[in-house]
Amino acid sequence: MIIAFKMAIRSIGSNKMRAALTMLGIIIGVVALVVLVSLTSGATDSVTDAVSDLGSSMLTVTISDDKGVPITLDTVNEWMNESAVGEIAPYASSSATAAADGTSGEVTVYGTTPAYYDIQGLQLAMGRWLKTSDVENHTYVCVINEATAEELIGYTDCVGQAITLNGVRYTVAGVLSDEENSLTSLVSSGSMVAYLPYTSLIRLADSLTEEVTSFCVSAPENGTMDEVEAAMTQLLMERFEDDDDAFEVSSQSVLEETMGSVTSTLTILLGGIAAISLIVGGIGIMNIMLVTVTERTREIGIRKAIGANRRTILGQFLMEAVVICMIGCVLGIFLSWGILQTVNTVVSSLKMTFSLNGGVVMIAVAFCFLIGIVFGLYPANKAAKMKPIDALHYGG
Amino acid sequence: MIDIKDLSKIYIVGDERVHALDHATLHIYPEEFVSIIGPSGSGKSTLMNIIGCLDVADAGSYYLDGMPIESYTENQLAAIRNRKIGFVFQNFNLIPKLSAEENVELPLIYQKVKRAERAVRVKEALERVGLTKRAKHLPTELSGGQQQRVAIARAIVTDPKLILADEPTGALDSKTGHEIIDIFHELHSQGNTIVLITHDNDIAKQASRSIHILDGKTTEVKL
Repeated sequence: MIIAFKMAIRSIGSNKMRAALTMLGIIIGVVALVVLVSLTSGATDSVTDAVSDLGSSMLTVTISDDKGVPITLDTVNEWMNESAVGEIAPYASSSATAAADGTSGEVTVYGTTPAYYDIQGLQLAMGRWLKTSDVENHTYVCVINEATAEELIGYTDCVGQAITLNGVRYTVAGVLSDEENSLTSLVSSGSMVAYLPYTSLIRLADSLTEEVTSFCVSAPENGTMDEVEAAMTQLLMERFEDDDDAFEVSSQSVLEETMGSVTSTLTILLGGIAAISLIVGGIGIMNIMLVTVTERTREIGIRKAIGANRRTILGQFLMEAVVICMIGCVLGIFLSWGILQTVNTVVSSLKMTFSLNGGVVMIAVAFCFLIGIVFGLYPANKAAKMKPIDALHYGG
Repeated sequence: MIDIKDLSKIYIVGDERVHALDHATLHIYPEEFVSIIGPSGSGKSTLMNIIGCLDVADAGSYYLDGMPIESYTENQLAAIRNRKIGFVFQNFNLIPKLSAEENVELPLIYQKVKRAERAVRVKEALERVGLTKRAKHLPTELSGGQQQRVAIARAIVTDPKLILADEPTGALDSKTGHEIIDIFHELHSQGNTIVLITHDNDIAKQASRSIHILDGKTTEVKL
């Protein structure tokens, strides 16, 4: 075994250029496989992290059919007293033209209640968030994000300034700091958002009524999301005559599951494409091994004459194919590591890290070994089956 | 040692049947030095291949050391070649990538001899042909005579029953050829059975007994 390995190394070494070119096929295949799969899984990890950062401690409820018993702000307050439920924040959204000091722009306007701040985990840069009294008195205050402040007013420190939404004057009560490194910032960075008291938004947007159609729910301090989900579902079932089509309770975990299945499909797809390139590399090995066997017909004859049997010859050439494959595989893995490190430096601003995925490295090694065996077998068998006398007299 | 009876081998060339061997019969006894002599095309290469278990006959019987060769499988023949026969070829047939000592070691590797024992036996074999100093050289770095000595060392390293030499001096000048023949004499005196195949009468005379082959038929010649 060890001798066969040494022989293989020596015979590969005796034709370095050819061996290197043959290996290149395997190297490219391995790099494609390892890098693609590692990139996808790295991206998946960071997206999943972002999604759970977004609030895995939050349920979203949407009502599609109120069955004549619409939910109002009072209902929401009532439900907040349930022990299994933490905080509830109804919300509605609309878009409006915002203007200040001659600049104007399209703004997404959310109407909500004070609870929204904690449930969504928002961060204030300055000023204050909406208060209960704002909702009760439908005051003309708003909280805007940094992007809105910079676009409309020109600077962030703008608490107390006035802006108009669809021509109605609102005072800026607070400015939210724009989150970085989260999924929302990736998707919607730079978009302008304003938050109004729920009641104020209803007045502003004609299409909205007092009826609450969507709200988000958090868990109480010592409760789990599953308990909240069960409690909310029960409350809604009681209200909507046990019709579970009237509403939808969605939690973050559902989103995570969906994303998980999407990305695993993607991984399999990319991995499959890369595997095809590995197979192409394997065909290259088979090709070269066939040439090698023909070239070394005489050597095979000599070996057989002095006592090598079929198995020995088969083993020798098979070993050569496998060794080429495995060297290619190891080089490919090193190269992949290098590429991933480079990618990491390039995208370091994105706070995504890509590392060699252990699983795919194992798969690559196993796959290369298999390719060495499968594509080495035919040439090696051809060598093993040569008649010693024909081989000895070949070409001389 | 070798007992060949009515051995025939027929090649079909085009529509013609060529009797490379035609009821050849010969006996070789242990510790004999026999030469087989014949012009080219006489069937001596075919006979050599069959004696060397590289090929099998179409008819007749061949017993090597009491074993009926025609009844063995290819792999068993490989083992017989490995253990019982040492080959010396006209064109040396060394493996060019391997050094002298590695070439000599090869049959022992196929016998699965342990590394330490291999080293001792390789050294011994190279000593017997007087090439200890050139052990690390590649065949291409050696002269023809030296290459043939390596080939002889490879043939004797397994301590075979039979040393089969096919025109061992054919590719060498006469002086080197004589040196090689001297090695064979020495091996003979040490108790080895040697079969030497040649077309050269002078070389054939070196053996204690000669067998003549012509058109696939063998005749004993006393020299």
